[in-house]
Amino acid sequence: MTTNNLAENTAVETVAGVGTVDLAKSSVRSLNQALHDQHDQMAITQWEVLNPKGQHNLAVGLDAKLKVDIRGHAGYYCAGMNKEAEVTVHGNTGQGVAENMMSGVVRIKGSASSAAGATAHGGLLVIEGDAGSRCGISMKGADIVVRGNVGHMSCFMAQAGTLVVCGDAGEALGDSLYEVHIYVKGSVKSLGADCIEKEMRPEHIEELTELFERAGMDDQDPRDFKRYGSARQLYNFKVDNAGAY
Amino acid sequence: MCGIVGLYLKNDKYENQLGKLFSPMLIAMTERGPDSAGFAVYGDAVEDGNKLTLRHEDENYDWAALAKDIESNLGTQVDWFQNSKVAVFKVATDAETVEDFLEQNHEDVLIMSSGKSIEILKEVGLPERIVEMFKLGEMKGSHIIGHTRMATESAVTMAGSHPFSTGLDLCLVHNGSLSNHNRLRQELQHEGIEFDTQNDSEVAAGFLTYRLQQGDSLNEALEHALEKLDGFYTFTIGTKDGFAVVRDPIACKPAVIAETDDYVAMASEYQALTTLPGIEDAKVWEPEPSKIYVWERNSN
Repeated sequence: MTTNNLAENTAVETVAGVGTVDLAKSSVRSLNQALHDQHDQMAITQWEVLNPKGQHNLAVGLDAKLKVDIRGHAGYYCAGMNKEAEVTVHGNTGQGVAENMMSGVVRIKGSASSAAGATAHGGLLVIEGDAGSRCGISMKGADIVVRGNVGHMSCFMAQAGTLVVCGDAGEALGDSLYEVHIYVKGSVKSLGADCIEKEMRPEHIEELTELFERAGMDDQDPRDFKRYGSARQLYNFKVDNAGAY
Repeated sequence: MCGIVGLYLKNDKYENQLGKLFSPMLIAMTERGPDSAGFAVYGDAVEDGNKLTLRHEDENYDWAALAKDIESNLGTQVDWFQNSKVAVFKVATDAETVEDFLEQNHEDVLIMSSGKSIEILKEVGLPERIVEMFKLGEMKGSHIIGHTRMATESAVTMAGSHPFSTGLDLCLVHNGSLSNHNRLRQELQHEGIEFDTQNDSEVAAGFLTYRLQQGDSLNEALEHALEKLDGFYTFTIGTKDGFAVVRDPIACKPAVIAETDDYVAMASEYQALTTLPGIEDAKVWEPEPSKIYVWERNSN
């Protein structure tokens, strides 16, 4: 195994300050290294990634205010662990896009497979198509806005943050939910354990308005949405059980 | 893990390039399955009689002598050609007669598939090696499905390699694992379905064969499969004129489909589809859980 010859197989072309990496010529490892190298210098802040062809782990672990455009479909874990960077995928993504994101913006122009935004702590994930199953599973503070539908078990055991679905939601939405705010415009196939519909109050309209603004979706009316949240029966300790100890 | 891939042509535009288009798809799934690989190609259909794919461990096996033996004993004409350890026999009689004759008189010859159109080729080793060994790039046909295996539960052997065929022209590749295959195998054996291995995926193929024998359409057979099969699965299925994809209700195992005017392609991962013509403009989507996707050519 050789790990120290990254420079020779990284072909970064810089045109008008935009760094371009063609994955037909460079490895994913070298792309990610080139992006990580910006953390100290910030010599190039804008990036184009060509020929992604569904490869996994593109633009993962970024921790600087970079702007990265991926021109095509990406594979698994794209933009995982993202911090501060703004990553746009001009295509679909595989499983686990923006998983464990901390901050920044990840935007998918197409659809995302399962576990989009899984465990994400912060930042904004915008999916302009559909998201597969388990969208926002166990998330801990991120905001996810999906223009299309989400699949089954979305927001399973999700703790904090917001999920907005402009289409329909699949089975068992919000199962074993903690304190995520879920908003759905279309139908919900079924609610998971301890997830219930809740009243839309002015502060929720306000929250949605602000989210759509950040997501750049000016054609959505927050009043069309229903709110779902935790009934708080599952995760709270019941004082009646104190005698068991 | 395992990788599965399939390519179904909606018209004859790419029929001469089927193997050439499919080879990079199979090789792209090497990371998901480096232990063995195989494929079932549909093409070169026989009008009358049947076609059998046979295999012998010895690469220098005397296929001509076997052909002669079948001709003289069964009184039927045999056309045949060899491809590595495998030979394709076209016979002017029904497949069962030949299968029975081989089982009784040439038990060292393995029957890989039988039907009007199907040929199954599989071997232990890297997908690239299997592609070269069987000259996949030169193959023609209407559709093809393949599998790259990362063995988890049974040994790395040719017999445990996919695809599995348990009935005429029917073939299945599977990514996942079934939990009720043992009981179901017994039930199907009771109904007269024969199995060659202890493999769970072969039971799924056997179940579909049984349902089709009961008069189900491919769609109906798959509806029954969704009810009856317990476990994780993404299946891709080939029949003489059809191609289907189905995922279990939990949909743990990945799948992506691409469709253009000329073809439908499926793969475990999008990476395997990137070399197809016109893929940039294809409709690409993730098949939904417990939804049956079927494409069928009209048989005449």
